[in-house]
Amino acid sequence: MKVAYYPGCEYETNAKDYEASAKIVCKNIGVDLVEIPDWSCCGSTAAHSTDHLLAVSLAARNLALVEKIGFDTVTASCSACYQRLALAQAELAQDKKLLEQVNEITGYDYKATVKVSSILEIIAGVDEENIKAKVTKSMENFRIAPYYGCLLVRPSKVKIDDPENPTIMDRILQTTGAQVVDWSHKTECCGASLSVSNNDIVTAMVSRIIKAANAADANCIVTACALCHLNLDYYQSFVTQTKGALKETPIFYFTQILGLAMGFSKKEMGVEYNITDTAELVKKVV
Amino acid sequence: MQRIGVFICWCGSNIGGVVDVPAVAREAAKFHGVVYSAEYKYMCSEPGQEMIVSAIKEHRLTGVVVASCSPALHELTFRKNIARAGLNPYMLEMANIREQCSWVHQHEPEKATKKAVDLVRRAVAKARKLEPLFESAIPVTKRALIIGGGIAGIQAALDIADAGNEVVIIEREPTIGGKMVLLDKTFPTLDCSACISTPKMVSAAQHPNIKIYTYAEVEEVKGYIGNFSVTIKQKARSVNSKCTGCGTCWAKCPTKNIPNEFDMGMSTRKAIYIPFPQAVPNRPVIDRERCRQFVKGKCGVCKKFCPTDAIDYEQGDEFVTENVGAILAATGYDLIDWTKIYGEYGYGKYPDVITGLHFERMVNASGPTGGKILRPSDGEQPKTIVFIKCVGSRDEAKAREYCSRACCMYTAKHAHQVLEKIPGSQVVIFYIDVRCAGKAYEEFYLKTLHEGAIYTRGRVSKIYPEGDKLIVKGADTLLGRPVEVVADLVVLATAMIPSAGSADVARTVGFTVDKDGFFQEAHPKLRPVETNTGGVFLAGACQGPKDIPDTVAQASGAAAKIIGLLSHSEIAGEPTISSVNEAICSGCLACQGICPYRAIEPKEIVERLPGKQVTRVVASVNSGLCQGCGACTVACRPGALNLKGFTNEQLLSEVDALCQ
Repeated sequence: MKVAYYPGCEYETNAKDYEASAKIVCKNIGVDLVEIPDWSCCGSTAAHSTDHLLAVSLAARNLALVEKIGFDTVTASCSACYQRLALAQAELAQDKKLLEQVNEITGYDYKATVKVSSILEIIAGVDEENIKAKVTKSMENFRIAPYYGCLLVRPSKVKIDDPENPTIMDRILQTTGAQVVDWSHKTECCGASLSVSNNDIVTAMVSRIIKAANAADANCIVTACALCHLNLDYYQSFVTQTKGALKETPIFYFTQILGLAMGFSKKEMGVEYNITDTAELVKKVV
Repeated sequence: MQRIGVFICWCGSNIGGVVDVPAVAREAAKFHGVVYSAEYKYMCSEPGQEMIVSAIKEHRLTGVVVASCSPALHELTFRKNIARAGLNPYMLEMANIREQCSWVHQHEPEKATKKAVDLVRRAVAKARKLEPLFESAIPVTKRALIIGGGIAGIQAALDIADAGNEVVIIEREPTIGGKMVLLDKTFPTLDCSACISTPKMVSAAQHPNIKIYTYAEVEEVKGYIGNFSVTIKQKARSVNSKCTGCGTCWAKCPTKNIPNEFDMGMSTRKAIYIPFPQAVPNRPVIDRERCRQFVKGKCGVCKKFCPTDAIDYEQGDEFVTENVGAILAATGYDLIDWTKIYGEYGYGKYPDVITGLHFERMVNASGPTGGKILRPSDGEQPKTIVFIKCVGSRDEAKAREYCSRACCMYTAKHAHQVLEKIPGSQVVIFYIDVRCAGKAYEEFYLKTLHEGAIYTRGRVSKIYPEGDKLIVKGADTLLGRPVEVVADLVVLATAMIPSAGSADVARTVGFTVDKDGFFQEAHPKLRPVETNTGGVFLAGACQGPKDIPDTVAQASGAAAKIIGLLSHSEIAGEPTISSVNEAICSGCLACQGICPYRAIEPKEIVERLPGKQVTRVVASVNSGLCQGCGACTVACRPGALNLKGFTNEQLLSEVDALCQ
């Protein structure tokens, strides 16, 4: 299966490990991710919080490129990229006037035919048996709290699963033999880009999420969002400094868990990029 | 040659403020067949009606056109009016120049006036073709059937039976009593619900004019107003009428620990059981899906111990037919299944998040905890209780748009009960609005407020457990701040929805439901207890969410209507029904399949042709069943079917008039 792939701005920076693990895992289960040539900004926070038309146009340029190279589906590993592209697509498919206006801005003749899927949906769409067949290691020592954040399940026209209790990632993780815990904070806010301006709020929110995961007896949190990953990973140390002791909880991308289960090395999966200590738990992959 | 009089109504400024009424009257005077045309401020008023009567006499009118509001509102008024002047009441045609003209075109008075002229021209064209119609006489069976034995059904049954008519109640549960008998105290007087409803249950059971079928359902309804024939499915109780209700069987039954539905699963029952001690009839049923005798084929304990030999494992479902003149639907409500909708409250995962009905059973002295308010998870007494109102109500995004009406009051009552029963407790109530419209309701709410209930205006966004507590996160929209309550117990005031299976009842009996599935009344203001199907009435929460006082009032209202109907030995049948021109009917019976009221049957007729007699089949319309919808007339290929009062000829002349 070939799918157009939108990397997004974090792919070479703080989500390098997500990008790398997603590509390796997808390839291993027969999903060929084809990078969109000349891709540009998806229209995330800086754009969509200030100018709606700018945000839609930025996303539409990338969607037009997907149409141009002859793909009907595009995916993105970053959940913010997914949400921006999917929302723009939903709006453009419904609003002919907007589409014309946007085409004039981008200079492309986009027909609004592209389907936007998150990388979770793409991997969930692969036959479970095919994934299981590639699993060579046991992840039974991982007690995972799957964390979805907000972007994948809201708003309702682009949600990929139930906004209150999503399970799509739970099911994917279960194919590796890992224990997936049921917990209360699957879609609570991580503080998102408040980490730039108001990081004590982020610290408080991160603290709650990690406490809830600990209460559910998880030994790691797994996410599908680069921003969630950054906040949970980076602000853990702040929590310990300001809000009292916290059990250090490694944060993984779900693709890293899949990759480790498939026998790829921790280097290939980029787990050493984490700020929290992952080494001890990764040793328990058997 | 018809002599038509046209009467145009201003309806105050409703029509007159938009449409140039005098101009319409002047135009109407020029139409073919019109000999008199007039206008008046309020045509439906006494002087307006008098004006029509004297014009009929003075100008020897043979037909009347009234251009005013919808015929749904005043057609009957004007029919009676022209009958007073000696005209056949069906020589009336109405033009709706209010709802269909002035109200919808209020910003375009000129166009509206032109449209009003067109509508009057149409009505005149039809009036020229009208023929006198005569009502038929339908005999009335002086018995009523009530579907649902809750407080609405019981109240109506007692009223109808006290007036001297026989009543049949059908209840699908093993006992009558409905939801009211489950409740603890009723607002605003705090009298014990069971204490006021169980005596009514007993009165109904002992009334010489009332016959009760419990554990029974309506299987089929045939017939029409005054003459219904209802087939009742009596589900196999496995206990026959020799039972004295001594209780030996359920004491001895070895199959325990079945969650008791009447306690919301908070207590257990046996496989042979009565739902609660005051059940009427005091006669158990066997739950065949759980009973060992039925599941494993051996046990027989209850049969062995029964002193009156009342246990009958062989008993099958029975079908009984009852003939009645009127049917009352009183099927009540259920609570919306919030566990399928509200993930933010845990989808039912947390045992200490319960509904108001759970709370009622718990706080009820005869309930599963003997009246103690306890946490379902650990049986501890809660100190901080959060109530969330409008769960499923007033939520157009996730559930129902409407207000369930009773929740504000019962939540206030629950809060009062918590504060009374648990010293030092804290009650936080999240609300959108506090709606206490009812006699002594606001006073009750204020009392609860002064007792210390903390009313917080805002919705709850999330509930999650932390240790053995529940964290309730919400907003206080008056302070404009997020709030968080560490609660021991959360009670949800869930939306009232039509009871399960009520759509089947509507289909079987043959009447309509509204967009939310509640039974549709014939008119929201003027005919609130009737359905659009003649002889079928409704009462209680099946028509829309309501509390006990409103339910009982509506039940007595419906009973009065039914008593009125049953007081006649004959009633007038609507003449605006289909008729068959047998001479041109080909007998194809395409109409039979189309008729929604099963009013068309084949009939054999004998025809004399030159030199021979021919027997052939034609369609025949049952005048009692036909509701005059006209579907058959469209289906009829030879054009043999015609709807009286809306004949093909009349309709086509209207079309011609509009297309001029």
